[in-house]
Amino acid sequence: MIPEELRYTEEHEWVRLQGDVAEIGITHFAQDQLGDIVFVELPAVGFKLQTGKRFGVVESVKTVSELYSPVDGEVVEINSVLSQDSDQFDPEAVNREPYGAGWMIKAKVADPGAVSKLLDAKGYASHTEGH
Amino acid sequence: MSQVTTTPQRTALYHCHLESKAKMVDFAGWEMPIEYSGIKKEHEAVRSKAGLFDLSHMGECFVSGSGALNWLQSLFTNDLSKIEVGKAQYGCMCNEQGRVLDDMIIYRFQDKWMVVMNASNREKIVHWMEKHKPADIHMDDASLRTSLIAIQGPQAQEILQKHVDIDLEKVPYYGFLEGKSCGLAGIISRTGYTGEDGFELYLPWDEAAAVWRTLVQEAEPIGLGARDTLRLESGYALYGHELSEDITPLDASLGWVTKLDKGEFVGRQAIQAYKEKGVQRCLVGLEMEGRSIPREGYPLHAGGKQVGVVTSGTFSPSLKRGIALASVETGLRAVGTEIEVEIRGRNERARVTRLPFVKGSVKRG
Repeated sequence: MIPEELRYTEEHEWVRLQGDVAEIGITHFAQDQLGDIVFVELPAVGFKLQTGKRFGVVESVKTVSELYSPVDGEVVEINSVLSQDSDQFDPEAVNREPYGAGWMIKAKVADPGAVSKLLDAKGYASHTEGH
Repeated sequence: MSQVTTTPQRTALYHCHLESKAKMVDFAGWEMPIEYSGIKKEHEAVRSKAGLFDLSHMGECFVSGSGALNWLQSLFTNDLSKIEVGKAQYGCMCNEQGRVLDDMIIYRFQDKWMVVMNASNREKIVHWMEKHKPADIHMDDASLRTSLIAIQGPQAQEILQKHVDIDLEKVPYYGFLEGKSCGLAGIISRTGYTGEDGFELYLPWDEAAAVWRTLVQEAEPIGLGARDTLRLESGYALYGHELSEDITPLDASLGWVTKLDKGEFVGRQAIQAYKEKGVQRCLVGLEMEGRSIPREGYPLHAGGKQVGVVTSGTFSPSLKRGIALASVETGLRAVGTEIEVEIRGRNERARVTRLPFVKGSVKRG
């Protein structure tokens, strides 16, 4: 359930690094805890991300949760199906495919090397154990 | 300072919920199912077919004695003299200041009454009633020996009829009969909190699990999450959100269950005086124009000033849009009034909407 090739935060975000661009989303564990996701608020392209700082909000029917950036960098793309102005608005993509169609933002990262310091799949698995 | 830790209580249906793979949460001191298959799916099941709810955490207190009617009248905002045996009535109990202690349903039997109250207020209300009780009135708090199962939805009657020994057609809205469900004697009442037709079964604590296991074959189990979206779409108040000891029933638009001319009751004079001075607030329904979702506590603005606050907000699975119940200045109650909801620093457009947001299958009157 936890892809080996990704890196993770304790706040349940994942990072897929390709070159100096990081794709960022929330984990299967996070979407399962949240339940039906009905709204996502993401920053505009150009937004400066800071590690550990808020970059958006994800809402399920019953709760509002903040999203925290796993990296320093700049947003270069947001997932259009999560944009509230989109005709294809489909926040449940995060429930269905948290590591695929439900990705949230892509960012050009300041220091790609810093990503390897995040939790690996094994570390994240032990972080979520017992839940 | 010593710390008091309390372990949440479990209903007699706790193991049934685990069997149905429920996510459990602590609610008002009880370990209750928040969701099973997902809130949207459960919500839809109740609106289109039928759902099953464990409400055993709620409080049930029987009252008897020759002066029981007059005594309950002296504590309750609605007029119990207007209901016959076999009927129930919604209303509130207030303190001397006319502020709401709890909202509740009172059932009239031949020789007794049953007060059904919120789990979170049970101890407070039972204590309040005991404090006001004359010697010739008998109170019996049956909460911890009474399980409560609700079956709600357009198919609720059809499903339940196969398992009860009474003719459900003979039970009107807010009426009840004593009868057996799956062979187990209890009270069967046509009441609910979903906007759908349906029944609530008051049953002996332990044996209720067998009734649940039978009915859950045909009705989807529903957690507190969907219970909340269903009651919100129906415009029903929930204590601790729309109602509290900070407000009178009139502030929550409950004038229709506050009978100021029925005779004296605790809080009546304060409510009367407040009404004459002018009621400050009312409860309205709000529907968002965009996709953002209003939540409890979000401030409301109109004409450049704050005019109220969201008391409960959610994504409406039926309307696929954010909806809220909100406490606003009385001048803004008209349907269609534009009000802005402040969401994370931005003002989002909403409109006052007629309640209920969604008209279910419930047969009123």
